[in-house]
Amino acid sequence: MADSPVLQCHGLRRKFGDLVAVDDVSFQIAHGETYGLLGPNGAGKTTTISMIAGLLERDAGEVSVAGKPMTTRTVQAKVALGYVPQDLAIYPDLSGLENLVFFARLYGMSRAQAKGRAREVLELIGLSDRAGDQTKKYSGGMKRRLNIGVGLLNDPKLLILDEPTVGVDPQSRNAILESVSGLSSAGMAVLYTTHYMEEAERLCDRVGIIDHGNLIAEGTRRELVGMVGEFDSVSLTASGDVSAVAQALATMDFVKKASVTEDGIDLVVSDARDNLPGILAEAAAQGVAIKSVEVTEPDLEAVFLHLTGRALRD
Amino acid sequence: MTEQPARRPRAPARAALLIAEKDLKARIRDRSALIFGILVPLGLAFIFNAIFGGVSGNSLAISLGVAVSDHGPVSQAFVRQVLDPLQRSGLLVLHTEPSAAAARSLTANGTLRAAIVIPSGFSGAVLANQPASMTVIENASAPVTAQIVHAIAEGYTADLNRIRLSVRTVAANSPGGLSPARIGQLAARAAAAEVPVAIRDISASTKELDNKSFYSAGMAVFFLFFTVSFGVTGLLEERNDGTMARLIAAPIPRASILAGKLITSFVLGAFSMTVLVIATSLLFGASWGNPAGVALLIAAATLAAIGIMSLIATFARNAEQASNWQSVVAVILGLLGGTFFPVSQAPGILSKLTLIAPQAWFLRGLGDLRAGSLSVIWTPIAALLVFTVVTGAVALFRLRHLAEV
Repeated sequence: MADSPVLQCHGLRRKFGDLVAVDDVSFQIAHGETYGLLGPNGAGKTTTISMIAGLLERDAGEVSVAGKPMTTRTVQAKVALGYVPQDLAIYPDLSGLENLVFFARLYGMSRAQAKGRAREVLELIGLSDRAGDQTKKYSGGMKRRLNIGVGLLNDPKLLILDEPTVGVDPQSRNAILESVSGLSSAGMAVLYTTHYMEEAERLCDRVGIIDHGNLIAEGTRRELVGMVGEFDSVSLTASGDVSAVAQALATMDFVKKASVTEDGIDLVVSDARDNLPGILAEAAAQGVAIKSVEVTEPDLEAVFLHLTGRALRD
Repeated sequence: MTEQPARRPRAPARAALLIAEKDLKARIRDRSALIFGILVPLGLAFIFNAIFGGVSGNSLAISLGVAVSDHGPVSQAFVRQVLDPLQRSGLLVLHTEPSAAAARSLTANGTLRAAIVIPSGFSGAVLANQPASMTVIENASAPVTAQIVHAIAEGYTADLNRIRLSVRTVAANSPGGLSPARIGQLAARAAAAEVPVAIRDISASTKELDNKSFYSAGMAVFFLFFTVSFGVTGLLEERNDGTMARLIAAPIPRASILAGKLITSFVLGAFSMTVLVIATSLLFGASWGNPAGVALLIAAATLAAIGIMSLIATFARNAEQASNWQSVVAVILGLLGGTFFPVSQAPGILSKLTLIAPQAWFLRGLGDLRAGSLSVIWTPIAALLVFTVVTGAVALFRLRHLAEV
C-alpha cells in the first residue's frame, strides 16, 4: 500500500461553456514526491487541482487520493488531503490560533487535539509569538505562512499548493520553498502549481508541463531537458596553456564543442554536473590554473519554449 | 511532536455547529450584529417613543378636563357611560375641574388638551325635553384632539336629541296629548336607560399595541431582517474571501456549510430580538405580552426573515450586492408591514398589501396576544411559517450553488 501512488488522476476533463479548460490530463504522485504542475497563467493548473481536491465537478476522468476515490461529494478522500489555495483563505477577524483550531476541528479533532495541533503548526510556520493576534493585523508574508499552515493541520498524505508564492516578497518566498522542501523530505506527497520555472526546478522531483489544458510533457527535469535534446554550457576562466587543454577536452566523448576564449575555455557538453570533475582533472593535468567555473544547464523555460513556441510568461 | 492528528470526517451536524460558532465569534468581534441587531433598533425605539409618546407615557391619552356644574342624572350618565369607558381604554385621562373658568384656564395654558363643561340645569332641561347644551373648550395647538373631543360630545348630544324626538313623537301620537309631567317622566326614563348593547372594540383599544410596545416591537422586527442577513450573506463572503474553497476541501458535507450559515442567522436574529424584548420592557415599559407567545412569534418571524433574506442573497453575485438588495427589501417590507406606522389601518389596497409583509403578521400576532390567550396567535404564526416554507424552499434550492467555488 505504501508503494501505491498517493494521487492518481486519469483522463481529467473540464469544459466551461465552449472552452475546454482541461483535456485528458493524467498523472500520479508517489509518497514523498513533489510534483510540479508548470504552465503559464490560464493554462488549466487551478482547474486541474480544483478537480483533484474535489472542489469542482469534472466532466470526465477519475481521481483517487490515498486509494480513495475523490468527488465533490465525497468526504473520505478529503481526510488525507491538505489544500492551500492561491488566494489567502483565512478569517481576518479570528486570530491565527483560532483559524487553525477551527479548521483542525473540521478534520474531526477534539478541541484539545485541535489546539495542540494548531500550536505545533504555529511553531512550524514561525507564528507562535503572534498566535493570539487577529490575522488582519498580520503582514502579507505572515498571512501566506498561515495560509499554508492551515493546509498542514491534518498532516495530509497529499498537500496541494496552488501558486503559494504569488505576490510574496523574496524572503518569504524563500521560506515557503524551504518549508515545502522539508515536507516532501518527511514523506508527504506534494502537488505544486506554479508559473515560476525556477520554483519548479528547485522543488520538484517531477514536473508536468501544462498548456491550453493539455499536459504536454512530464518527467524529471533531466528527462524533460533530454527531450529537448540540448546540452549544458561550461565556461572556464583559466590561465596557462588553455589551447592544449581545449584540444584535449575536444577528444572526450561527452564534449561536443571546445573553444578558446580571451580568458579561458567555453565548452558544450552533456551532463555537465557528472562530467565536471573530469574536465577539471584534465586542466590540472595540463598545468592550467582554473580561476572560476560557470555551468549553464538548459532550463524548463527552454523546454516550454521548445514545446509550445512561447515563453512561460507570454 | 504530539500524537498523529486525527483524520476523519466531521459529523455533518457538528460541522454545521462549528461553522456557526466561528461565524458568531467573528460577528461579535466586528460588532456589526451588535449595532444592527440591538443598538440601532433600541435607539430608534427610544427616539420614536420620545417623539410620539414620551418614553414613559401613552401618547394617545388625551388630557381632558371635565367641569360638571350639573349634578343631575343626564350629566352623571355622560360621565359614567361615555367618558369613563374611554378613560379605561386609554384614550382619555380625565381631570375633574371645579369650574368652567378653571377648565378654560388650564386648557389655555396647555395643561389640558381640551375640556368639556356641563352647565348647571343641563339634566333638568333634558328631562323636561327642552333644549340643552354642553361646551367644548379647545386648545388651539391641538386641533386633532379638539376634533376627537367634539366627536365624543356630539355623539352624546345626538343620543339626547334622538330621545327628545322619540318623546315628542310619542306625545304627538298620544290621544289627547301628554302632560308636561308625563313627557318629563318619559324623557327621564329614556335618558337613564343603560345602553342596551355594548360593543367591546378589541381592535381599537385592547388589541392595538400601545405606543411604547408598538415602536419597540416595530423597530425590533424591522432590524431583525438586517440582523439575520449577516448569516446567509456569510456564504457569499466565504466565496469572495476564498475560504469557501477551503471549507469544501475539508471532509464535511456541503450541506453542513449551508446549515452553519442558517444556524448563525437564527441565533443572531433570535438573540437580538430577545435582548430587545427585555431591554425595551425594562427601559421603556413596553408590554410585549405572554412570554411563551412572544417566543413563538419571535421564532416564527426569525425563520420567515431568514427565508426571505436567503432568497434575496441567492440572486446576488457578491456579498455587497446581496447586502444592498436585502436592505432595499427589508425597508420596503418594513414600511408595508407597519413597523414605523400602522399601515394596516390605511384605506384601500395599502391595508391589503400589509399581508405580504411578515412584519405585519408579527405585529398583528403581538396585538392578538394582548387581547387573548396563546390560541389566538396561531394565524399569525401560520402566516409567518408559510413565508418561511415558500421562500426557504426556493432559497435552499438556489443556495446549493453558493456552496461552490
